[in-house]
Amino acid sequence: MTQSPTLPPTPGQTVGPFYGFALPYAGGNELVPPGRPDAIRLRGTVRDGRGDPVPDALIEVWQADEQGRISREPGSLQRDGFTFTGWGRTSVDRTGEYSFTTVVPGPTEGAAPFFAITVFARGLLNRLFTRAYVPDHPLLESDRLLASVPADRRGSLVARRDATGLVFDIRLQGEGETVFLSYPGHDG
Amino acid sequence: MTSTLTPAQASPETSSDAAAASQQEITGEIDAISAEYAATATVPETMPRLDYPPYRSSILRHPTKDPHHADPETVELFAPVFGHQDVDALEADLTIAHRGEPVGERIIVTGRVLDGDGRPVAHQLVEIWQANAAGRYIHKRDQHPAPIDPNFTGVGRCLTDADGTYRFTTIKPGPYPWRNHFNAWRPAHIHFSLFGTDFTQRMITQMYFPGDPLFALDPIYQSIVDPRARERLVAAYDHDVTEHEWSTGYRWDVVLTGSQRTWMEPETTA
Repeated sequence: MTQSPTLPPTPGQTVGPFYGFALPYAGGNELVPPGRPDAIRLRGTVRDGRGDPVPDALIEVWQADEQGRISREPGSLQRDGFTFTGWGRTSVDRTGEYSFTTVVPGPTEGAAPFFAITVFARGLLNRLFTRAYVPDHPLLESDRLLASVPADRRGSLVARRDATGLVFDIRLQGEGETVFLSYPGHDG
Repeated sequence: MTSTLTPAQASPETSSDAAAASQQEITGEIDAISAEYAATATVPETMPRLDYPPYRSSILRHPTKDPHHADPETVELFAPVFGHQDVDALEADLTIAHRGEPVGERIIVTGRVLDGDGRPVAHQLVEIWQANAAGRYIHKRDQHPAPIDPNFTGVGRCLTDADGTYRFTTIKPGPYPWRNHFNAWRPAHIHFSLFGTDFTQRMITQMYFPGDPLFALDPIYQSIVDPRARERLVAAYDHDVTEHEWSTGYRWDVVLTGSQRTWMEPETTA
């Protein structure tokens, strides 16, 4: 590791209310085409401290493919319908719900598979990071991060199954508040 | 359901549309937080506070628990890759998206995207969006009576070059009113969305213009309570960027945080 002096980081700011004409794009929430046989829906609702839906949040997902491979392929903004790029973006609808068409990630290097999630919203002064783990996976038992989270909050990091795939709700504040993550180098 | 309430009925202290407080009250809250920080801070803060009540809509949207520390693993050690099939070179010029010339002060905004060790973040996506010269966004929620410019949308994208440099040609945005409090105005800004080499470096922020008289009054800018930290969001006028009889120029560098990839560099530059 180099020990050069660390530059002070540039602060974040809220995404604000007006990103709708700039950041979402056609096909942003389709990591795989909806017709693909192993396609699932990953969906969830973003809620605030009162439990009300947040209608102006933006969600990004970054994940390995069904084999646990991490894509190094471009093409997330202009999808060709065949290349798995592993990344997607969508805004929530009026009811605070987001939805991605994707595949269930497989384990990478023997680690419990998860979707890496970024949350942006008006009223949220900086982005939030979290993980949505694949439920019922045998590797969850031995996952270091999950083990380090108090048992009563661990569930907020694990998606649940429904008829079309997986559900991962995001509670910004209050009862059932989602566990958000900070990484080395981040404040807090 | 709150949707059936008028803004005045919806909890005034948490609704950004309530415009209940005066600027004097908001400035008083901002100044009190600043004074408390100046008197008690031991380690300088570098990021905005998520819990910053002068920005009313943060009240119900900030997590109350401290973030949980995670060592980045697997997919978090990488970031999505963007290429020239994703971004057209013309998208870096926001003044040519329509048939005519947009109204306003043409500017060039350029700078470098770096990691915390000063290494360039090369070939990575930078997205911007902004209001037009009159302070109006192309967005249905922005209904204040300022003109829409038919020749300006206010959206741009580019990839950084090998040196981490991005460059946009655009129009200087105007300040605009919002409803955080009565007679609230945002300082002119350009929204920036940035990616690094790691998922953990993802960020969205706002770039401001030097000397804006609205800085002291704006709870979003002031949510970065450390004065030196918030000044990192202010671009510098740069006459070397300014072009003869064409455009004024601003320079603004961005430093991302959270990279863990020093040891993986050869692999990632392949």
